[in-house]
Amino acid sequence: MAGHSHFSPSNVEEHFEFTAEGRKRVIFAFLAGLVALVVGIYLLSRGDHEAAHAVAEHGAEHGEHLSGGAVAHHGDYDWTNRIWANLWLNGVFFTGISVIGMFFVSIQYLAKAGWSSVVKRVAEAFPPFLVVTGTVLILVFLFKGDVIFHWMHHGITDKGSEHYDKIIAGKSGYLNKWFFLGRMVTFFALWLVLWNWMRKKSLEEDLNGGNENFYSMVKIATGFIVVMGISSSMSAWDWVMSIDTHWFSTMFGWYMFSSWHVTGLATITLTVLLLKDKGYMQYVNFNHLHDLGKFMFAFSIFWTYVWFEQFLLIYYANFPEETIYFLERWEGHNKIYKATEIMNVVFNFFFPFLILMTRDAKRTAIFLKIACSFIIVGHYLDFYQMIMPGTLGPNGGFGLVEFGMVTVFASAFIYVVSTQLTKASLVAKNHPFLEEALHHDI
Amino acid sequence: MDSTERYLVGVFDDDEEVLHAVTEVKNSGVKIEEVYTPFPIHGLDVAIGHPRTRIPIAAFLFGCLGLTCIFSLINYTMVFDWPMIIGGKDFFALPDWIPVSFEGTVLFTAFGMVGTFLVSNSLWPGKQPRTFDLRSTDDRFIMAVNMANNKKTEAEIESILRASGAIEVNVKQF
Repeated sequence: MAGHSHFSPSNVEEHFEFTAEGRKRVIFAFLAGLVALVVGIYLLSRGDHEAAHAVAEHGAEHGEHLSGGAVAHHGDYDWTNRIWANLWLNGVFFTGISVIGMFFVSIQYLAKAGWSSVVKRVAEAFPPFLVVTGTVLILVFLFKGDVIFHWMHHGITDKGSEHYDKIIAGKSGYLNKWFFLGRMVTFFALWLVLWNWMRKKSLEEDLNGGNENFYSMVKIATGFIVVMGISSSMSAWDWVMSIDTHWFSTMFGWYMFSSWHVTGLATITLTVLLLKDKGYMQYVNFNHLHDLGKFMFAFSIFWTYVWFEQFLLIYYANFPEETIYFLERWEGHNKIYKATEIMNVVFNFFFPFLILMTRDAKRTAIFLKIACSFIIVGHYLDFYQMIMPGTLGPNGGFGLVEFGMVTVFASAFIYVVSTQLTKASLVAKNHPFLEEALHHDI
Repeated sequence: MDSTERYLVGVFDDDEEVLHAVTEVKNSGVKIEEVYTPFPIHGLDVAIGHPRTRIPIAAFLFGCLGLTCIFSLINYTMVFDWPMIIGGKDFFALPDWIPVSFEGTVLFTAFGMVGTFLVSNSLWPGKQPRTFDLRSTDDRFIMAVNMANNKKTEAEIESILRASGAIEVNVKQF
């Protein structure tokens, strides 16, 4: 029941304090991740020679025809590739979480939704992290792009070269270094500019009240949805699908977007729950959490739908140039990606589906937290199996490098978001629908 | 009809008022059968104390039934009765069956829930509707009290209803 009648928009202002203790913990996690990463890199560099031999032998019999990516076609694997592939993986994954913060706010404004006005400041705090992931992705692309992308290999589009590949040369009008870089910079710039604009209006509303800023934000949100509709698909083709350059899927834009979206929703929900645990946001009641839970439940199923449709079409048509994508992950590379592929469906479909099915579960913090954790870890694995087989092939694995890198990114994300949360009231106190949200009851 | 059911019907003219009245009337020890309103009032079902609907359980069971039926049908036709090779796959090509099984589950669930809803609300064809007060579709809020469920006298209940804000109290028999 909505029993919070003693809150009124004039007295709900609340400020998050990023305490010295909290700061210390996040920095400690960052350093622990960094240590794990450095130790992992050191171990990799030592094991380099033995591994290289093993790969050379296996590659001849196994990897060669079950890889659509860069590795099997070119024997030039270097142990440092694993670092760049991991940077790329985490960059893409955290870009998704950050940009979905803006996307969530935008759909709420476009729909003129009332209930979400109590949680919108949390989602609004995610996009600043795009500065970090954007920098990482652009630098990795500029300096180590050929490690990630098969189409960037030297001489692959030169007719005279021994590496010449007719199919990739045919795609070079779209997949070439400068056009790709231009798209990447444009997307990040558009996302950040629109977010900044939205944020400015949001803070103005806190100061001045009135409905004017609300209508401006509806317009910005509409613009962002259009931008996101195009950029989410194109970034999926560019950043992830083009790793397996010969392969393509018309479902891929939706597939990656749905993965981003549900991860973003889970991160928003988890952040709200953790803030509630710390005593903030007491005006967020179980009706709001129920709505967030429904969002996660629905978009987990949406992800499954898209994932399965992509699989089914390829399975049914049975074209070798398409089935290679799944064969590579299911039985290629000495089956090192098979476990991830299974966990992908179990974590991202069965667990959220079963955990969040009942109404009571969606209204119970602990169930929501479990579901959020599975979704976030599961979609990290989803991106892992999208990116790693094509970039690392038989040299991939899950070790200290992966663990360290994701910890470093996650703690940096928490630091940036927490800092952003301190900059404004946790509740948009002059949001025209705030009163409605405070009495939300479903 | 061999037995008549006797109801006291309180008529209210404000949605906030009827919501408070429900709690007051209940606290005075009167059992409320149902409240009829022209539009949904948030929190009214909780205030009356209605148990949560069990229709999701029916939905789940109908879904299981649908899945079983459709799956058995495909399995019988495609594997046992007239095995067919489609796209070079096994007879038992599970991924191909998932969309149809899903649709069958949804179909059975939808029809099953509509049926359950109609039956549990006594809305089968030819059923004469019980209308306590026609104005509950316009601008009045109607609180029905079944006399059979209450030990208090009619006069006592009527005064409780009036004290909690009813503008009229009528007797209705079915």
